[in-house]
Amino acid sequence: MELEAIIQQAEAEINAASVVAELEEVRVDYMGKKGKLTEQLKSLGKLSAEERPAAGQKINEAKQRIQQLLTAKGEQLRMAALNAKLASETVDVTLPGRHSEVGGLHPVSRTIARIESFFNELGFAVKSGPEVEDAFHNFDALNIPAHHPARADHDTFYFNPDLMLRTQTSGVQIRTMEAEAPPLRIISPGRVYRNDYDQTHTPMFHQVEGLMVDKNVSFTELKGILHDFLNHFFEKELTVRFRPSYFPFTEPSAEVDVMGDNGKWLEVLGCGMVHPNVLRSVGIDPEVYTGFAFGMGVERLTMLRYGVNDLRAFFENDLRFLKQFN
Amino acid sequence: MKFSESWLREWVNPAVSRDELAHQITMAGLEVDSVEAVAGEFSGVVIGEVVECGQHPDADKLRVTKVNVGADELLDIVCGAPNCRQGLKVAVAVVGAVLPGDFKIKKAKLRGQPSHGMLCSFSELGISEDHSGIIELPADAPVGQDIREYLQLNDATIEVDLTPNRADCLGIRGLAREVGVLNNAEVCEPQISPVVATIDAALQITLQAPEACPRYLGRVIKGVNVNTVSPLWLTEKLRRSGVRSIDPIVDVTNFVLLELGHPMHAFNLAAIDGGINVRLANEGEKLTLLDESEVTLQTNTLVIADDNKALAMAGIFGGLHSGVTETTKDILLESAFFAPLAITGRARQYGLHTDASHRYERGVDPQLQRTAMERATQLLLDIVGGEAGPVVEAVSDTHLPKAASVTLRKTRLQKVLGISVADEQVREILQRLGMQVTETPEGWQAIVPQYRFDISIEEDLIEEIARVYGYNNIPNVAPTASLKMLDSQESNTPLNTFKQALVQRGYQEAISYSFVDPKVQNALFPEQASLTLPHPISADMSVMRVSLWSGLLPLVAYNQKRQQQRVRLFETGLRFIPDASAENGVRQELMIAGVISGNRFAEHWDSKDTGVDFFDAKADVEALLRQTARFGDFRFEKAEHSALHPGQSAAIYAGEQLIGYMGTVHPQFEKLLGTSGRCVVFELKVADLEQRAIPSAQDISKFPANRRDIAIVVDEQLAVGDILSTIEKFGGNQLVGLNLFDVYRGQGIAEGKKSLAISLTLQSVEKTLEEQQIQAVVNEILVQLNERFGATLRD
Repeated sequence: MELEAIIQQAEAEINAASVVAELEEVRVDYMGKKGKLTEQLKSLGKLSAEERPAAGQKINEAKQRIQQLLTAKGEQLRMAALNAKLASETVDVTLPGRHSEVGGLHPVSRTIARIESFFNELGFAVKSGPEVEDAFHNFDALNIPAHHPARADHDTFYFNPDLMLRTQTSGVQIRTMEAEAPPLRIISPGRVYRNDYDQTHTPMFHQVEGLMVDKNVSFTELKGILHDFLNHFFEKELTVRFRPSYFPFTEPSAEVDVMGDNGKWLEVLGCGMVHPNVLRSVGIDPEVYTGFAFGMGVERLTMLRYGVNDLRAFFENDLRFLKQFN
Repeated sequence: MKFSESWLREWVNPAVSRDELAHQITMAGLEVDSVEAVAGEFSGVVIGEVVECGQHPDADKLRVTKVNVGADELLDIVCGAPNCRQGLKVAVAVVGAVLPGDFKIKKAKLRGQPSHGMLCSFSELGISEDHSGIIELPADAPVGQDIREYLQLNDATIEVDLTPNRADCLGIRGLAREVGVLNNAEVCEPQISPVVATIDAALQITLQAPEACPRYLGRVIKGVNVNTVSPLWLTEKLRRSGVRSIDPIVDVTNFVLLELGHPMHAFNLAAIDGGINVRLANEGEKLTLLDESEVTLQTNTLVIADDNKALAMAGIFGGLHSGVTETTKDILLESAFFAPLAITGRARQYGLHTDASHRYERGVDPQLQRTAMERATQLLLDIVGGEAGPVVEAVSDTHLPKAASVTLRKTRLQKVLGISVADEQVREILQRLGMQVTETPEGWQAIVPQYRFDISIEEDLIEEIARVYGYNNIPNVAPTASLKMLDSQESNTPLNTFKQALVQRGYQEAISYSFVDPKVQNALFPEQASLTLPHPISADMSVMRVSLWSGLLPLVAYNQKRQQQRVRLFETGLRFIPDASAENGVRQELMIAGVISGNRFAEHWDSKDTGVDFFDAKADVEALLRQTARFGDFRFEKAEHSALHPGQSAAIYAGEQLIGYMGTVHPQFEKLLGTSGRCVVFELKVADLEQRAIPSAQDISKFPANRRDIAIVVDEQLAVGDILSTIEKFGGNQLVGLNLFDVYRGQGIAEGKKSLAISLTLQSVEKTLEEQQIQAVVNEILVQLNERFGATLRD
């Protein structure tokens, strides 16, 4: 009876335990060195040898029984404790995260990066050059001799007759052709300057110019690459037209218009086959090599792509404007 | 250049609509800028004759008229125009007419007098601004005819934006030729026959600078009446070409300019002493121009002179003294060819730009002088009367331009265009363009008409073929080239990496003008010379930046004024440092710079905010330096900088190389910059950051690492950087980690001292370190710190 009573008492105490520590007390009380069951085992010595196995077995069964009860209750209490802890740790997942701020590139940089990536994939290397440029690289080598009307058309910022802010990035083409032998494929993005400031002109803007010189470069290829570029840049099939034009450094020359959403043509590019005088000025034989060159206004493309209406916004750097492109 | 569509169609009249014509011209490379009707929308206006004109009984300024419009009865019309008079041919808006602005003409009574129509002014018909009186039509204008028909008002003014190579199209003649080529249509030139001299008067002409002026024609016309009014057909043609009527002589020379593209000039014969000398100006020679400004001529300038003085700047502008006035009776008419190189740039030298200089510097047909002279003579005699003398021509044949003969090879044509054009078509296009073409074994030889100054080499002919063939008829083909990989060096960090690092840290990229306000720049960098633009857009955009800060800092103020208190901006771009040893005397260095201001973080529910300080920007700079994978190469040193707070500025070095500065902007500049609150800036030379260390992998240690913390007390002024680098130096190769984790001042630490808590991590790749070995390293470090800096262990 005594053993049965111990078990019943243990069970009652185990059920009554509400935290793990209480349960541990119960365990020590029964199973510890001086616990009630341990005492029982010790009392086995008083029994005869014949009685001992049966009594021992009973005590062990009681021990196992209590251990099971302890384990089950322990599990139950730990689960409850964990659940309570988890419940207390609940957060409002809709609160904003801590300092997740990310800035952004200027829209003009963004456009330049996209243009670079299209042409990079076709093996065009990106080149840059000085913005304070000499008359040779900005004009003479580009077949624009002194007094050429095109010089007057450029509204150049001169420091003196031989030194100016570049009016186009074409000087980079000259510098590249001076330094490297064909075949050449380069683009040159960068700042250019014209002394003109009104609603549609800023005294500084960006161009990306491209140049390809090889043994069999032709006008059909110039048309092909620019068509392809425009369709990729705007991510749609555009109506594009090539219109004869004039640049001293290309012959034949063309301007490229795209049809805007309003049904009007918008000029986006100038291009042409590199003038033989330009190739000669950098020591390339125009009988062996031909080339095409093109130049595009980055702000114009950016305005069309992102719906910017005021050119001047690009250089005001109002954070509220800039953050729209993040 | 503006021209009238109907004038062009007098010369060449292809069966194409106005829109098609404009499109054709644009697609030929003569870009049409605008097409505008020459008159307003109206109907019901006919030619009438004022048969009676009497004073209105009840109104001083009104007249009552009877007007014949060819109907059964005369119309009663009340008119207020001062020039209304009996016998005048007028434009009558009859009852039922609709004038521009949907203004309907009805029967009316004006101060009791009946008025059945309206006599119209030019402005009322939307033709011009002129509302000074009613239109005066020529006496032979047919009564009853619709005015639109009579004045050819269903016409348009077309403006083309011509590129500098197409000077041949700066006149109806050239445009007509071009339209003829495009449509394969015949061009009907007006009959221009020589005017026979009826008097002997003539001036001797001497070409003293025949390379500049190889042909000069002069003709005396005596007894002209300058006070005649130019006929309506003439003033209308001028008006529709954007030219105002001045007087009949100027009108005629302008007419020839527009029609033939050939500038003319008329002198007052009485002002000329002796003969005409075409020569270069003498040193210091002065000339008062027609606009009454006096210029001192430069010796590179060609002048038309008489025996004593300069009369006009050749091909650019006439002189006042020899100008035609209301009292002029006799004139000398000039028609000359001036070489483009003798004119180009000269007008600009004097701040001038005229219709004549515009054409001469681009090239005027050297064969056209006599035609222009005869055309102008006949028109003048018809309009202002007088008697013409013989044409005197001075010419230097050897100096006249020769017709270019240009070779075109079939192979070249195909190589450049990438298509093959049928031989017959090539020949036909060249011939339509007025070239004399002969076939050669390789292709063609073309003699270029002399009005095409732009055609001198094979590529020019190729462009002409492509242009007439149609650029848009040439296919688009993807280029072919050998696949060649681009250089991409891992040891070279692209600029974009640095830009992205800042973007990830919350910066917005700015692009500011490379020219900045000298007031700002001189204050921030008083000792740095800069490049000045002689002709800037404005004074505050007149010097080239010597640092990106000059452009960035004003942007902080710009944004703060627009309620953007928290600013993090960066920019990359060149700075321009005058340097005699650099190419063109300017060192143009790519920089990356930034500025922060306002709160450290955007306002947030879980953090108290504080304003940014030096160490916020320093963290961003360190982030940039870490992109190089050789962070240990860089160090910060206390520095002095004119733009920065003396206690919060650092120079940044890579080894011994100074690569930039950072610091808090000196508060004394707040007012000038318009900023409020602390701004911290940095700027680094990109070239010194680009080189990146290629990783070289080491085995990682299998043995445990041991951390020992030390707290040392040093003088306040000591730079922590020096202490850390000393620890690094004496820690040996077992010191694998070093971190400053606290800086403490205050209770327990003497005044003027600070306590530094530093963790040392020690590890060997060969063995587990024993306490004794660890302590030996720590002791060595403490000894060194004590010797060098007087550092003591904190109690």
